[in-house]
Amino acid sequence: MARRAGGAKAAGPLSKVSVRVKVNGVEYSHEVEPRLLLVHYIRDVLGLTGTHIGCDTSNCGACTVLMKGPWGDEWRAVKSCTFFTPQADGTEIITIEGLARDGELHPLQKAFWEHHALQCGYCTPGMILSALGFLKINPNPTREEIKKGISGNLCRCTGYVNIVKAIEAAAKEMREKGSWI
Amino acid sequence: MIPRSFQYAAPRTLPEVVKTLRKYKGDAKLLAGGHSLVPLMKLRLSNPQVIVDMRHLRPKLSYVKTDGRSVRIGALTRHAEIEHSSELRRVLPIMPTAAEWIGDMQVRNMGTIGGSLAHADPASDWPVVMLATDATMVAYSGRTRRIPAVKFFQGPFTTSLKYYEVLTEIVIPKPPPNHGWSWKKFERKAGDFATVNTAVIVIPGKGGRIERASIAVGAVHVRPYRATESERMLAGKTPTIDLLRSAAEKAAEVAEPTSDLRGSAEYKREMVKVFVRRALVEACERANLIRPQVAEVR
Repeated sequence: MARRAGGAKAAGPLSKVSVRVKVNGVEYSHEVEPRLLLVHYIRDVLGLTGTHIGCDTSNCGACTVLMKGPWGDEWRAVKSCTFFTPQADGTEIITIEGLARDGELHPLQKAFWEHHALQCGYCTPGMILSALGFLKINPNPTREEIKKGISGNLCRCTGYVNIVKAIEAAAKEMREKGSWI
Repeated sequence: MIPRSFQYAAPRTLPEVVKTLRKYKGDAKLLAGGHSLVPLMKLRLSNPQVIVDMRHLRPKLSYVKTDGRSVRIGALTRHAEIEHSSELRRVLPIMPTAAEWIGDMQVRNMGTIGGSLAHADPASDWPVVMLATDATMVAYSGRTRRIPAVKFFQGPFTTSLKYYEVLTEIVIPKPPPNHGWSWKKFERKAGDFATVNTAVIVIPGKGGRIERASIAVGAVHVRPYRATESERMLAGKTPTIDLLRSAAEKAAEVAEPTSDLRGSAEYKREMVKVFVRRALVEACERANLIRPQVAEVR
């Protein structure tokens, strides 16, 4: 029987690790192989396929999710393809599925729609969560700062202009509403 | 891409970490933020039998502390925390500036300074900053060993850490408030590893002279290096653009770049001259040793 890694009994190295995470407000608990990547856990175990796998080499940002947990007190954007699932034990995660509230799109989702900030849409979930993580750090950014902020996300269709416009518009709405998520 | 399977431990204390490392000898690897190790494992370039996750040590080993003489940074401090540290912006601005250039936001949110230093990629950014600032690495293995940066980086992906030692802290002597500094990173695309990177600290002396300069260069040698000959050329001198250019050319003589996707060896050596010169000019400007230069000189 696998024990909880790093528990009170100071378990030695384990081949199966129990992991508890809260994803989009729902608590989950699973026994996983430690090599299971967080993006595979989210997609294949939890069935939340809005988080995409693009390059699988921490370049493209398609797999970006927001995370908050014992390793930090704030919501931060992280690349879930570069993350072993046990590292996420005890954290809270938000994926693209967790952004809309009662059928109403998040300001970023709305702004991406209104400003035509996507074509094929493959990069969009990661782009939106990166933008959200960036706005948490810098709620009132300049265009230049937005460009730098999303430099860890690749889009191969739009040329980024409309993405930057959408993030700018959403940031304004979020500041006016005083709400972030 | 899926790594080979491994066993996982997440100890609660440093002695437990060391115990696990000793038990598995070279077959155990420490996992900090994972942004060097996880990609290597996914590519199966690294296949450790045991992963020792440091995440429970984070409350103990993530901090930026300053006192009258030094800046101390916990090994598990994330790049983003250094980037956004207002204390470091004030006393050691080269640190948050260099942090801004590491990877991208998501990478900086997870990656740690200790993980990056222990990984010792010859093209990475922190080792160059550590050399220029005369940093000391603190290693724990039941006892504490202090390793100066010049002895820490041995070669590509190789440090002087023993397999049972854990890098716990980085100690940097506080430069005087009027010091000049510069961080220059030449990258092929946003967020890339450096083609050339360089860190310069200039301490101004009396009468508009340089008291001493430290110049570190990365990505163009098997390990980052201090351009000591160039530093000697500058010590005690009143800087001129010509002098700074000669010092930069001297720094390029030490480089042994290899031709790869980021450029030919000749090109990279030229870029060492250009970027070290720009860094020296900027650092001397900030130390009020030369007037601000027009763009083409810089």
